[in-house]
Amino acid sequence: MHIQLSHPSRTVDIKGPKRAKDVLRELNLVVEAHLVIRGDELVTEDEMLADQDHIEIRPVISGGT
Amino acid sequence: MIHSSMNCTKCKTKAVMKLPRHNAAFCKPCFNHFVHDQVEKAIKSQAMFGPDERILVAVSGGKDSLALWHILLALGYHADALYVHLGIAGYSERSYDKVQYYAKMIAAPLGATLHTHTVEQEAGAGIKELAQLVHRPTCSTCGTIKRYQFNRAAIEKEYDVMATGHNLDDEAARLLGNVLHWQEEYLDKQGPSLPASVEGFAKKVKPLYRLTERELAAYCVLNKIDYIVDECPMAQGAKTLLYKEVLNRLETESPGTKQYFYWGFLEKQRKQSATSAPATMAEKDQTILHPCMSCGQPTTAESCSYCKLMARAKSAVPH
Ligand code: SF4
Ligand SMILES: [Zn+2]
Ligand SMILES: [Zn+2]
Repeated sequence: MHIQLSHPSRTVDIKGPKRAKDVLRELNLVVEAHLVIRGDELVTEDEMLADQDHIEIRPVISGGT
Repeated sequence: MIHSSMNCTKCKTKAVMKLPRHNAAFCKPCFNHFVHDQVEKAIKSQAMFGPDERILVAVSGGKDSLALWHILLALGYHADALYVHLGIAGYSERSYDKVQYYAKMIAAPLGATLHTHTVEQEAGAGIKELAQLVHRPTCSTCGTIKRYQFNRAAIEKEYDVMATGHNLDDEAARLLGNVLHWQEEYLDKQGPSLPASVEGFAKKVKPLYRLTERELAAYCVLNKIDYIVDECPMAQGAKTLLYKEVLNRLETESPGTKQYFYWGFLEKQRKQSATSAPATMAEKDQTILHPCMSCGQPTTAESCSYCKLMARAKSAVPH
């Protein structure tokens, strides 16, 4: 599956089917700091993601000042 | 413990968001209900404002402030917004676009207004150039300007209260920083509701202090609120990020850590002020503050820090 990441903006490919939380783990990303979006729908970390899915993993933590 | 049940705790349809700290999972309507309920609880329990008061929301184009404006409007409050255009190349325009789009498509039809203050118009330069001119870090210059302009707009346009999008992660991270360094004087001002201590200072509230960053981002995604995901290129909050990371690791191991930490602090503070009644913040402020000689906003010095900044910037401009 195609995965869009931010900070810096890039894409990676990961073999499906796989649960969202396992994809996050594989990328070394913490659940609490990210959202998984399939197409334009939010999914939980339990969701099974398939090879044809377009996935965005969006960071939600901001540094500010 | 939630196992991989993917159904909404309330209505049993498919869940889109799990909330381990509440031992729950929600579908979109139930999640929205949860978010609105948390904000309503914050407003009521901290006596932030009533249904007839006029609120000025500080918006930046990011998830928290746009979510805040959206939630207040959804709850039926009179909430307008102020955007401070900092003139940061490649960033300010994009974040302003998000704010304007939201204002036009959603806020305006509900009768809400967006005000804009453009730094370059009043100061003659964007925030970066201004900071260089006065030899100060960009973010501290920015902080001075934003604080000043939000307060000024709130007072001049006669809003009852000013609301910012600070969330649970922001407040917990700040509390952790203050506690690690025993910055007791800052602990005083860390509540989600700061009264208008003296004439010329608007009341300030943080209605999102019961919600995490992740919940607010989810709220935006679910409600199709288009916000700027990128951060301001000047952001160097390395310490804040580190504190947030540490707190999120604790949160993952033991859900609820962030809220126990910050809400527990608020509870302690409430009890303390109920028993011992030392000089309240308002009283303390009153003794040291007086009007700035150039603009009239309350300050501890002769001129307020904004007027000093502007004066230094003017004298630094080569003629
Ligand atoms: S990161 Fe710094 S310059 Fe950018 S908005 Fe925040 S305070 Fe202002
Ligand atoms: Zn539901
Ligand atoms: Zn002044």
